[in-house]
Amino acid sequence: MIVKTDAVASIGDPPLAHGTAVGDADPVLRVTDVSVSLGGRRVLDRVSFSVEAGGFCGLIGSNGAGKTTLLRVILGLIAPSGGRIVVAGGTRSRRNPQIGYVPQKIALEADMPLRARDLVGLGLDGHRFGFSKPSPTRRSAVDEILDAVGATEFADARIGNLSGGEQQRVMIAMALISRPKLLLLDEPLANLDIRSAAEVVELLARIAAEQHIAILLSAHDMNPLLPVMDHVVYLADGRAASGTTDQVVRTDTLSRLYGHHVEVIHVQGRVLVVSGAEHQAHHDHDPSPRGP
Amino acid sequence: MLGAASWSPLFEPGFFSSEPVHVALAVGAIAAVVSGIVGVFTVIRGQSFAGHALSDIGTAGGSAAFLVGASTLYGFIAFNVVAAAVMELIGIRKPRGRDLATGIVLGASLGLAALFLYEGTISSSTTGATVNVLFGSIFTLPPGITTVIAVLGVASLALIVVLYRPLLLSSVSYELAEARGVPVRLVGAGYLLALALAVSMSAVTIGAILSTALLVGPAAIALRLATRTGMAILLAAAIGVVACWVGTLIAYDSTVWAGGNGWPVSFCIVAVIFVLYFASGVVVGLRADRRRASAGARPAAARPVEVA
Repeated sequence: MIVKTDAVASIGDPPLAHGTAVGDADPVLRVTDVSVSLGGRRVLDRVSFSVEAGGFCGLIGSNGAGKTTLLRVILGLIAPSGGRIVVAGGTRSRRNPQIGYVPQKIALEADMPLRARDLVGLGLDGHRFGFSKPSPTRRSAVDEILDAVGATEFADARIGNLSGGEQQRVMIAMALISRPKLLLLDEPLANLDIRSAAEVVELLARIAAEQHIAILLSAHDMNPLLPVMDHVVYLADGRAASGTTDQVVRTDTLSRLYGHHVEVIHVQGRVLVVSGAEHQAHHDHDPSPRGP
Repeated sequence: MLGAASWSPLFEPGFFSSEPVHVALAVGAIAAVVSGIVGVFTVIRGQSFAGHALSDIGTAGGSAAFLVGASTLYGFIAFNVVAAAVMELIGIRKPRGRDLATGIVLGASLGLAALFLYEGTISSSTTGATVNVLFGSIFTLPPGITTVIAVLGVASLALIVVLYRPLLLSSVSYELAEARGVPVRLVGAGYLLALALAVSMSAVTIGAILSTALLVGPAAIALRLATRTGMAILLAAAIGVVACWVGTLIAYDSTVWAGGNGWPVSFCIVAVIFVLYFASGVVVGLRADRRRASAGARPAAARPVEVA
């Protein structure tokens, strides 16, 4: 369900026509040639990709590759130095109700006096001043979305007492309750055990399909996403390669992205991206393995 | 007071007819309610250190006010509000930067306090200033101060009411609040102002050094027991008032037991808070035991694994 972009939009060659979806509706998110400089350092360099309604796109890269920056640009919290971002037909802006957001590393202490349902309610109207007015409409909206993420069972539990996977589901419900067209998640699988991560991924894939929303999820390891991800944006040193998983996660594409030889190895259904041992002598890049 | 006579073993003579006691009970209650409510947000925002710093900074203000012959309350307020503004201006989002900024302002203020208290002691030839500023003056407050404290309390709580939801949202996640269009810095500044007022009020009650106890203590107890924000706020306010009144009573009665020289009110209030904090730990422990016991009765895994 992705828009066909050129597989390596921003590497070397001048970008080809982006997002030339043949006969498709406009994508929910279209990022075109976006560059960002922070403190004199170029963090993102002509990044282009798009995500369609119902699409599940993984934003893959190691720490410091620019994943969080890219998400913050899409949220309108950082102004790009160049390029264009269109979300659901409009240009980006702060407090865009079309975008749901799950930030990374939420520290919910055990003494936080909020139940899961209170947190989801804050997702609805937490940006408004004063108290919220309880109403049957508000309550049923919260109940409905808690049910959709499978959190009904612990809806009345204190949020800080829930497991990491349960908290992540509540955060997803909190992002979904404003009925966004685009859902951004920043490293939602970090700190989750393998089974919880798989459950969260499965849940997100179901939500993308059922509610017909576009999902962009950042992760340093793409393997948990392989079963559901239909589009990859692979970031390295601020540059991006985007396309279908098969187009991007290949030895030649990623070698061009990194600027030195890397090997994409498939082992028992998992993908490993490693610097090719026999080639590293010719390159002065860090040969540390990427991926799992 | 119908019950007063029969309770006489508890209330030493004159407790209910003493004007200073009336003022102390009123001021203490207002300060406790405001501190308890603001304190809930102080604890969940992880800003207990900022609250403590503000109370120490207030020491400089209170001692300066004493030196020029003004009410210490105005000194506390002036210094706390300015300090809160400075902390917000130089305060950085990262906890480490915030701690450093707070620590630097704190050190400078305590130095000033040392200077002012020294001058005050020299000029008045007593240590009255030091004891008054550092450990409170609840029995020597002028009656007119109750109105001032009430106005400040209403202002502080009005800020909390207006900022209620954005404060909660940004306590859960600064990034999320930012993305939802919350003016996070403005909300943070408004909250710090409410905090500065709350700390000033409890500084008058139990002294600048101990005012954090009234801010963080009842809130910490309430957060152990309550699951919802509204309940935590009500509980913190109630615990604060109980601690203040029971502490005031013990201090008053102790003048009789101890033959003239009673214990300081601030000591009695803080002691009650500490006892309640300890008791809340016991309650939480018992609750956990009961939960474990009932979980043991139903040995099957409580939660389905499948999502779909």
